[in-house]
Amino acid sequence: MTLNGWIQILLFLGAVALVTVPFGRFMARVFARERTWLDPVLRPLERLIYRVTRVDESHEMRWTEYGVSMLAFSLVSMLVLYALQRLQGVLPLNPQGLPGVAPDQAFNAAASFTTNTNWQSYSGETTMSYLTQMAGLAYQNFVSAAVGIALAIAFIRGVAARERDTLGNFWVDMTRATLWVLLPVCVAGSLVLVSQGVVQNFKPYDRVQLVDPQTTVTTATSGQTSTTTIREQVIAQGPVASQEIIKQFGTNGGGFFNANSSHPFENPTPLSNFIAMFAIFVISAGLTATLGQMTKSPRHGWAVWGAMAFLFLAGVTTAYWAESAGNPLLAGTDQQVGAMCPGGNMEGKEARFGIANSVLFATITTDASCGAVNSMHDSYTPIGGLVPLVNMMLGEVIFGGVGAGMYGILIFVVLAVFIAGLMVGRTPEYLGKKIEAFDVQMAMLAVLVFPLVILVFTGISVVSPAFGTSSIWNPGPHGLSEILYAYTSGTANNGSAFAGLSANTPWYNVTLATAMLIGRFLIIVPMLALAGNLARKNQVPPSLGTFPVTTPLFATLLVGVIVIVGVLTFFPVLSLGPIVEHFLMRAGTTF
Amino acid sequence: MAKTQKLSIWDPALVRAGLVDAVRKLDPRVMVRNPVMFVVEAGAVLTTVLLTSHLVRGGAAIGFELQITLWLWATVLFANLAEAMAEGRGKAQADTLRKTRTETFATRRRADGSTETVAAASLRKDDVVVVGPGEFIPSDGEVIEGVASVDESAITGESAPVIREAGGDRSAVTGGTKVLSDGIVVRVTADPGHTFLDRMISLVEGAERQKTPNEIALNILLAGLTLVFLMAVVTLQPFAIYAGAPQSIFVLVSLLVCLIPTTIGGLLSAIGIAGMDRLIQHNVLAMSGRAVEAAGDVHTLLLDKTGTITLGNRQAAEFIPMPGVTEAVLADAAQLASLADETPEGRSIVVLAKQKYGIRGRDLAAHSAVVVPFTAQTRMSGIDLDGREVRKGAADSVAKYVRASGGTPSADLDAIVQRIARAGGTPLVVAERDRALGVVYLKDVIKGGMRERFAALRAMGIKTVMITGDNPLTAAAIAKEAGVDDFLAEATPEDKMALIKQEQRSGKLVAMTGDGTNDAPALAQADVGVAMNTGTQAAKEAGNMVDLDSNPTKLIEIVEIGKQLLMTRGTLTTFSIANDVAKYFAIIPAMFLLAYPDLGALNIMRLQTPESAILSAVIFNALIIVALVPLALRGVQFTPLSAAALLRRNLLVYGVGGIVAPFVGIKIIDVVITTLGLA
Repeated sequence: MTLNGWIQILLFLGAVALVTVPFGRFMARVFARERTWLDPVLRPLERLIYRVTRVDESHEMRWTEYGVSMLAFSLVSMLVLYALQRLQGVLPLNPQGLPGVAPDQAFNAAASFTTNTNWQSYSGETTMSYLTQMAGLAYQNFVSAAVGIALAIAFIRGVAARERDTLGNFWVDMTRATLWVLLPVCVAGSLVLVSQGVVQNFKPYDRVQLVDPQTTVTTATSGQTSTTTIREQVIAQGPVASQEIIKQFGTNGGGFFNANSSHPFENPTPLSNFIAMFAIFVISAGLTATLGQMTKSPRHGWAVWGAMAFLFLAGVTTAYWAESAGNPLLAGTDQQVGAMCPGGNMEGKEARFGIANSVLFATITTDASCGAVNSMHDSYTPIGGLVPLVNMMLGEVIFGGVGAGMYGILIFVVLAVFIAGLMVGRTPEYLGKKIEAFDVQMAMLAVLVFPLVILVFTGISVVSPAFGTSSIWNPGPHGLSEILYAYTSGTANNGSAFAGLSANTPWYNVTLATAMLIGRFLIIVPMLALAGNLARKNQVPPSLGTFPVTTPLFATLLVGVIVIVGVLTFFPVLSLGPIVEHFLMRAGTTF
Repeated sequence: MAKTQKLSIWDPALVRAGLVDAVRKLDPRVMVRNPVMFVVEAGAVLTTVLLTSHLVRGGAAIGFELQITLWLWATVLFANLAEAMAEGRGKAQADTLRKTRTETFATRRRADGSTETVAAASLRKDDVVVVGPGEFIPSDGEVIEGVASVDESAITGESAPVIREAGGDRSAVTGGTKVLSDGIVVRVTADPGHTFLDRMISLVEGAERQKTPNEIALNILLAGLTLVFLMAVVTLQPFAIYAGAPQSIFVLVSLLVCLIPTTIGGLLSAIGIAGMDRLIQHNVLAMSGRAVEAAGDVHTLLLDKTGTITLGNRQAAEFIPMPGVTEAVLADAAQLASLADETPEGRSIVVLAKQKYGIRGRDLAAHSAVVVPFTAQTRMSGIDLDGREVRKGAADSVAKYVRASGGTPSADLDAIVQRIARAGGTPLVVAERDRALGVVYLKDVIKGGMRERFAALRAMGIKTVMITGDNPLTAAAIAKEAGVDDFLAEATPEDKMALIKQEQRSGKLVAMTGDGTNDAPALAQADVGVAMNTGTQAAKEAGNMVDLDSNPTKLIEIVEIGKQLLMTRGTLTTFSIANDVAKYFAIIPAMFLLAYPDLGALNIMRLQTPESAILSAVIFNALIIVALVPLALRGVQFTPLSAAALLRRNLLVYGVGGIVAPFVGIKIIDVVITTLGLA
């Protein structure tokens, strides 16, 4: 660990702290339909959209209507994306002449982008046409993020409301999230990224002659050796910048290229890297201030922010420590920091980012269900790789996915308040709303989704040689981690891959898609029911006897509940994966 | 009743009866109501079946498997025992009550006025019965004729007899109590099986116990956690197979039982029963557990001034003479005027004069004294003695008397009177014919310790409102002295009702006490309405609690008991979940020691063998239930603190303590069982 590394990490957190309140207040204004400086441009556009789609913007929805609208919208989006992939061979904007995508893979990708997961069991540059990338994937990057924001706002309205039946209008919330929150930042952000060298074109792929031709010798099973000399390289092109910014800002994470944010056309410079990381946290951090603003308790927003920031720092510290320490088995090589050497475990990391910016990116992307990567998590030390895994297992609530992080942590807030309330001897209240049996029931339903999906699918896979373990690259605990990571990433709607797992098989394509759909919608439905129920309640005025949700003590308790629920659920499987791998590595065994 | 029943928690008779009940409760149909313990029982059945087959076919680890199975059953039994013992305490009290409900006969008055003797059990609502001295009142009812002193000790435990008379607020009588003198005619107000005594018996027995709202919510949380752990343990087997170390069912069931929240799951219903029981020990009957929980949530306490905040009567505190009159002269005159006054106020004047000036009461018979009694017209009382004419009374009445005698009340008198009224006192002017001598300052006496109690309530975030018929000036002064947060002066029952509704509209919960029939609507409207047992039948039916001691101050204790009930549940839940950390560190390395010896690094307790580690965790898990039974029955210690301070303390004790305790406990058990050679 270096001072320089720590300065960069703290600089990042400081920047997030600074943007939280202005951006959060801005969002609060947008969703309260108050005037903003963007109105002169966007308001006519918004009206036009409602006129064309025949949406009555004054209509208020109960939680059921809100939920059904959201589900219907997601279903249609998913079907369109599926059709687009299957038919891309006969559609325009396909200079490489890529064929239609196979059914299981198309299903997987459709589920993946609709659920804001962006798990990719394919390589973008060799699978998706420019049309699919732009009209299918980039479009989903916007709307799936907008859906998440809308849902978070609906939940916050439920908490803030007083004896109301409705949570807002889904179509209006989603439209405003897209027009006011996502679009302006993406237009500006993509131009900044282009300035850093991110490409934006419709050209066919470039072919260039190698300065230094490479000769490889391969030995066939028959014993025959053949020699191939590579003189030419294909350099993929495309409209990257426009997709890159929403990939980060909407915590989508699906790379234009297979190498994702470690590809120099997606993430060329340290500055573009900082912008990428910053963009991931902006909306989620801002939503804590929106929560504070809408519930008229800014300090509650900060308490939630503080709990998130604590968990973020704990993760990044652990990962930074593990990766800087390097691999004890490579004692002979130089893992010390030097003028010409970044030190630590550099396997799978880009030299232009080094250890600090790689672990920081890995922590952020898994904290926030983004899933973009600028280094290969599979190559991390066991403990370094444990951090992204645990971040996702905690429920993607450390800032979390846009919107999803907010409603995710509010479910934990309800549980934390419930336990705290009992401990201080009164019926638990959250900002004056009594937490009763139905609320606990819905919160527990949402909590059950993670263990159910992750553990059951991983469990089936590890004991099925035919379709499960056949896909893993490394044996032993590391192989378990590869499968566990895949299902955790899918269920948590993260989308980052541990690599090492050949996930483009019918079994993994279908089960991972299922995990993504359950992980998103089976949490959203009880969450909306909880929000609807909270909205109906009257608010009890706070007194000294009410446990305050604005204090460091509350933040501590919230962290405790998140960690206890996550760790107790996953400790057994983690102990057979990264934890035992760590002890084995120290004893001299690697996988 | 409660005064005769102070049983220790480990009373041998109770434990013995509890053990029998604990076995009876193993019935799966009973167990299924408690999902956590049902899972434990299912696990125990599973291991018993496997153990039997291993015994028949032979197995390698029978000793270990037998011990695990026995301890799993012990876990279920301990939980059942906790519940049975909590119920047992109530049952013992119910038995005492039943003895008072002996088969009696009643004299029923027919419509034509003639009487007949019928069995008490056959009495219906609106029957009219005649009860003479020495007879038991056969059923609950209202006195419609006569007055009698009644021994109510069977219900209240209070041996001093009380007066019951027709009309007014002292007309309610309870079945099972005894008329000592005189006779009354009672109209029955309850059908057989629905009398107060019947209700009381079923309440203390817990027969009608329904889960309270918070208990249901907590049960859902516990069931959810149980499901989470069920999935974690069931899916551990494929991971173990992948690691090349498939686990025995005994080990997996052990892990599951250790992880699911058995501590709180096993004690949850005992906590609820014990909470009701604690109320009963305070001589308060709650008609539902919901009311007890609501008491913990109360925001606003409405307290009647008289009897609750102040002693029932005003007392003379000071003699303030007019210019030119000495205090001793005034005291002497005031005492003279009060000698024949039997009201508490009058007596307090006599006492004060004696204490301050050594003026002794005189024998009125020795003088030619004529007592002038108080009448509503004159609003004065006094005495004509040896030619003197002394009067005391309300300021305006005495002023009228002075003027009528040819004098003129001075402005000084008016000033004194005003000053006393402003300070919350009652001025009583003393005059002799045309001369006003001075003023006796009658003062409301605040009960001892009330200020501190209100401060404690304030620390808990509870607002106290004093209800009084006094004028706002007086009320404000007393409110200030007593330290209540607010007051409602010149209060009518309608005002009281309006105040409750207003508080409730803003989401607050209100508690109050009451005894009169005109309190009934407010008692019914309040979230916690405590009716005094001396009160009317209507009041008792409107409230959701009855205080057998008829002590309105007890409202404060009721609130504390409600809070304590919820706190006990919350802290034990936290403790139970925190325990899991240590259990993981005990069991996980033990399970995989053969496949991954390096995982032994997690065995931070340095437990001797895998078997002893698993067994120690299971034994700890079972014994902790027994160890916490006293806490569950007694409730966690309650101190009036703000929520934030309470949470900090409880998190430290039960959260951090819950993480540390099992590390120590499991290690000790491990040492013991390996020394004994059990594992």
